[in-house]
Amino acid sequence: MQGLLAQGISVRYGARSVLAGLDLPLLRPGEVTVLAGPNAAGKSTLLRAIAQLQPHGGKVLLDGRDLAHVPMRDRARLVGFMPQSLPAGSSLVALESVIAALRAGDTLGARGADATAMAVLDKLGIGALALEPLSALSGGQRQMVSLAQAIVRDPRLLLLDEPTSALDLARQVRLLSELRRLAAEGRIVVAVLHDLALAAQWADRIVLMHGGHTHAEGRPELVLTPALLAEVYGVEARVERCSRGRIMVLIDGEHAPG
Amino acid sequence: MSDATLSRYHRQGRRNSALVGVLALAALAALLLDLMTGPAGLALADTLKALAGGEVARGTSVIVWDVRLPVAAMALLVGAALALAGAEMQTVLENPLAEPFTLGVSASAALGAAVAIVLGLSLPGLPAVWSVSGNAFLFALGALGLLQLLGRIRGGGPEVLILFGVALNFTAAALLSLVQFVASADALQQLVFWTMGSLASAQWPGVMLIAVVLAGSVPFSFRAAWKLTALRLGEDQARSFGVDVTGLRRWTLFRVSLLSAAAVSMVGVIGFVGLAGPHIARMLVGENHRVFLPASLLTGALVMSLASTLSKTLVPGVLLPVGLVTSLIGLPIFFALILRGRRR
Repeated sequence: MQGLLAQGISVRYGARSVLAGLDLPLLRPGEVTVLAGPNAAGKSTLLRAIAQLQPHGGKVLLDGRDLAHVPMRDRARLVGFMPQSLPAGSSLVALESVIAALRAGDTLGARGADATAMAVLDKLGIGALALEPLSALSGGQRQMVSLAQAIVRDPRLLLLDEPTSALDLARQVRLLSELRRLAAEGRIVVAVLHDLALAAQWADRIVLMHGGHTHAEGRPELVLTPALLAEVYGVEARVERCSRGRIMVLIDGEHAPG
Repeated sequence: MSDATLSRYHRQGRRNSALVGVLALAALAALLLDLMTGPAGLALADTLKALAGGEVARGTSVIVWDVRLPVAAMALLVGAALALAGAEMQTVLENPLAEPFTLGVSASAALGAAVAIVLGLSLPGLPAVWSVSGNAFLFALGALGLLQLLGRIRGGGPEVLILFGVALNFTAAALLSLVQFVASADALQQLVFWTMGSLASAQWPGVMLIAVVLAGSVPFSFRAAWKLTALRLGEDQARSFGVDVTGLRRWTLFRVSLLSAAAVSMVGVIGFVGLAGPHIARMLVGENHRVFLPASLLTGALVMSLASTLSKTLVPGVLLPVGLVTSLIGLPIFFALILRGRRR
């Protein structure tokens, strides 16, 4: 069975249950899936659970293999993870940090690693930053380097936690079209996005999370409806259809209950 | 464009390797200087000849081989061990202030020494000359073992380890005060001298012990270099790169325990080197641990060797405790480096 299947995912922080037996539909290769939902809905936790960075109950199957039982080194080849932010204090240069993404887990030996890492930076349009220390980069630039670290091992599954949060418009488009391209090559891409307009434009599927559950999921125009947005976010929203079948989400204000 | 950047990156790498080479030569030069310095000054030529086993006055040969070389070699090795331990600790505990002191290793070693000096308790079967070092080693190792155990019970995150370490530090210090309180004046003086850190009692067997511990742990440190580098990007990142962070942390702390316990038990409490050695190295070569670890080790060796020379020359005719020298001389240099680094 090709694709990513997450079933019965549950995570507790102490006594507080963050995810309570959450199921995701089968996410197929070639698809970009966006996890959306209000703060504390459990989006980042779900992403970290799928990446096996967070102890959890339930099963995560990638192409039928239980990721919890895949040895770490092999898992690093299969899964790329982009965290919300990189630590700002490191004096490692950008290129070094991407080489570390290849060599720390012995994914690639000394020979090819340097050139492979450099090629990824070039592809993302940040080749000029290769020799800059991470501490000298802006938040957005660091985010692009972090993306390079996530994709340099050429993973089958790509997990991204708010990858556009610090990016300007041009870089947002660059990153999202890169994600589309990576998906088109047969990868599974899952990203947490807060910006519903971006989600509507770039996602094949949106999973709308609320209170640790999947509230709704499906194609953007099925999920981004005024009724669902009022339920989950408590906002008054209009959804307009525009050219080329796209939809646009306009927020009018807080939802007045009743 | 990307080829040019890559070759610039490789040039930087070669420059950093060359810097490590320069540090190694500087450490060797400091060792020679240390050998030449003392109540009887020796010429460089005589010192080298004596080292090579050539024809020199019998007195010179005895001074170099039996009196000064054990002390000078001990300084070099202890500096190397403390700085390497500090560098690895700072990385795995994700804290720039971590060093053998912070986690109570030094305080525990001092407590062990106190138990031997004041109460006369030591390991059965150990020769009397080794009772103080043996106890200090045992207590230092015990402290880090306890720390690991507590950390494992509580999940082993870096903050937890540091908090336990600080608690351990204060506990050991309090117990040490207790032992001092009951000590005789004679034992107390001996103990105070020990806690100041001194190379004076360095002997060949002790030098060999540290050399063996260092030689045994360095290959593992260097092999973990990329893993440790990845950890600088955060724990989640390192894990997603395929690094077993829990295992890395456990094994690194084990190596660090051996290194610092061996160093502290031989020469007493030596401040500054374990903290500043890595910081100076970081300013010189950056944080890629493939050069950062050797650079830290060599910086520590260099600083400690220079301190050993200074401890003989600062006050003519008096051998100052080397722990005092590292702290007093080292700190202004360290401040200057930090201020210079900030301005850039």
